[in-house]
Amino acid sequence: MSPTYTSTFDEMHTAEGAVRSAYEGYCSWYDEQDASGLHRKHREAEAFFRRTGITFNVYGQDEAEERLIPFDPVPRIITAHEWRRLSKGIEQRVRALNAFLHDLYHRQEILRAGRVPEWLLKGNPAFLPHMSGFTPPGGVYTHITGIDLVRTGPNDFHVLEDNARTPSGVSYMLENRETMMAMFPELFTRVKVAPVSNYPRRLARSLAACAPPATKGRPVVAVLTPGIYNSAYYEHAFLADQMGAELVESSDLRVVDGRVQMRTTRGFTPVDVLYRRVDDDFLDPLTFNPESMLGVPGIMDVYRAGGITIANAPGTGIADDKALYSFMPEIVEFYTGEKPLLPNVETYRCMEEDGLKYVLDNIEELVVKEVHGSGGYGMLIGPTSSKREIAKFVRKLKANPQNYIAQPTLSLSTVPILTRKGLAPRHVDLRPFVLMSPNGIEITPGGLTRVALKRGSLVVNSSQGGGTKDSWVLEE
Amino acid sequence: MLGRSANAIFWMFRYLERAENLARLLDTGFRMALTRDHLTAEEEWRSVIETAGMRDGYQEQNATYAGIQVWNYILRDRDNPNSIRSLIGAVRSNARSARNTITTEVWEAVNESYLQLNDLLSRPVTQAGLADAISTVKRESTLVRGAMDGSMLRNDIYNFARIGSFIERADNTARILDVKYYVLLPSLSYVGSSLDNVQWETILRSLGAERAYRWLNAGQLDARGIADFLVLDGRFPRSLRFCYAKIRSNLHSLALQYGEEVHSHEVMRNADLKLQDKDIDVVIEMGLHEFLSDFIVTNNRIAAAIEADYRFSD
Repeated sequence: MSPTYTSTFDEMHTAEGAVRSAYEGYCSWYDEQDASGLHRKHREAEAFFRRTGITFNVYGQDEAEERLIPFDPVPRIITAHEWRRLSKGIEQRVRALNAFLHDLYHRQEILRAGRVPEWLLKGNPAFLPHMSGFTPPGGVYTHITGIDLVRTGPNDFHVLEDNARTPSGVSYMLENRETMMAMFPELFTRVKVAPVSNYPRRLARSLAACAPPATKGRPVVAVLTPGIYNSAYYEHAFLADQMGAELVESSDLRVVDGRVQMRTTRGFTPVDVLYRRVDDDFLDPLTFNPESMLGVPGIMDVYRAGGITIANAPGTGIADDKALYSFMPEIVEFYTGEKPLLPNVETYRCMEEDGLKYVLDNIEELVVKEVHGSGGYGMLIGPTSSKREIAKFVRKLKANPQNYIAQPTLSLSTVPILTRKGLAPRHVDLRPFVLMSPNGIEITPGGLTRVALKRGSLVVNSSQGGGTKDSWVLEE
Repeated sequence: MLGRSANAIFWMFRYLERAENLARLLDTGFRMALTRDHLTAEEEWRSVIETAGMRDGYQEQNATYAGIQVWNYILRDRDNPNSIRSLIGAVRSNARSARNTITTEVWEAVNESYLQLNDLLSRPVTQAGLADAISTVKRESTLVRGAMDGSMLRNDIYNFARIGSFIERADNTARILDVKYYVLLPSLSYVGSSLDNVQWETILRSLGAERAYRWLNAGQLDARGIADFLVLDGRFPRSLRFCYAKIRSNLHSLALQYGEEVHSHEVMRNADLKLQDKDIDVVIEMGLHEFLSDFIVTNNRIAAAIEADYRFSD
């Protein structure tokens, strides 16, 4: 499974410099453009983002500074054929994740069968005992999932991470497309691209389909945000606006008469489905972190009594655990009875003796990650780190091995970006967004392509200087 | 809509209105000071600070009333919660927090205004740059109002925005008239007598009323006429009468949408009826200052009643 490609796979050009079929339409258009016009459009796009306020705040900075995520105007293109294959694999994976979560919080068959070890749950803060024995409305845990994919060859896509806690970035998928269509309308008449703009409508419908038993009439959906200083606030407001839902904060909500209700100008009104962009720990100060100012005291009781749907379900975040990730092939097989269509990246668990030894012996070649980490923080990229950085990391690793996993350094595929000197290849990943309701699974064709803007860099996270691209799935 | 959003929108439009009125006040001060000698110019700038209600804050930082100090304090001082820079920041912050209640057009107008002004006000404003700063504030405020008019549904959100604008405008008109008139008229015996025309004009100019007043009164300037115009002329969009007619109309729309009138409607109706009954000669005789002080108190009471009735906060 470990990738054996010696050279990087470029999605636009073959090693001989020929244009791959996915990019034929785009490249014939590109060849007709003059460089200065493209650069001008690029600057216009930045101004557009600034004006519309598509910004994010970086964690850990003193002042809540709003930054733009750099946008690259060269699209990332996937053929209809490739997408069909991918979406089958994604659907299988999300179905398995949901079944796994249900099992984990009920009979735990997979533990009894010995396919996943119990130590994964013990002391894992993402596992919520409060959810045991409770089935969320419609049996859905993962209403929204982002599956991070990386590509290493023509037919080699791997899942790098599952994001079921609170996957973000979907607003960039939508706004990047809007921007591309505004900048290069003629391009879209030449190349037929599957639309993404119906995502908010689908999301609203999907959430409404998971309404709780207490719902009367048309389900009321609200988006719960920590507030305007949150790094993803733009996205929360954007999605609420696009869905026609209320954007609520903790101070708007209160438990009244056994329902979670929001304070409107006309009094308290029940919320049926809460799309929360607040972590489990902050959801209910009566059940979880008592210091939380971001949640709703008593919401968990209402939830368990069928008074509200929380999306994603509390306790879903365990699916993001990187140690658990290493068991995904077993998990997919256990619940679907099929081999995984999308392979994992090979993963070494430092918690296990053999794994730790291998990691320590080969650390220069590996990427070591914290099992609960995200956003590219707290990780070591062996090949690009200095001896001192490695030594420092090894001390941390040895002190707390169960906190780490390691993976081979993948040669992520590249897609060109627009630079002053023309097109230049940069590494990318892809996060498609998946919706689940009792009516089924919907995957929006495309997703968020993140791109490392520095030559040779493998870190695509926006918090670490990565950018984004519009992601196209071609129509047949 | 959420009570919190109603609060954000209401205050967003109050801050915007306040910023615009401050810009107009600065504009007037600047024109006056240009035509004066050094000492009288300082006097004029002192009056601007006074009218803006910023005396205490200003004096903590400054010993004199040099023009450049005054306009920079009003335009861009970060410690001054009512500086135009602070106000524009609050406008944007409120718009962001209620982002899903306003249209993209309104949001972009607010955000662009903020970006432009924040950049303009990031450096001290020189005498050469003052006119540009002032006209930018006025233009941006007009832009937001225009986006509002052209793109927003006429529903509760719109009505709270409008009520916020007119509550603030009424308050500002009353304050400007009170301070300026008070300064100009140390005693009642001056009423009706011919004073320095330029001084009179400052009142009108501060409220963007000089052209309208001249047009209606063929150049006749007197204290009674000006007070009558700014308080009771329902045709002038910054008069107290006009503002109250608007607030009543917006409250009426709210009542139609919500299917009920609440306490604040009665408070507003009573205040408006009282205002409609006024005769300017009686007002002046009883004391314009007393009348305006009462008005400002009542105006605050109306705002507080609306905030309570519509659950702006917990």
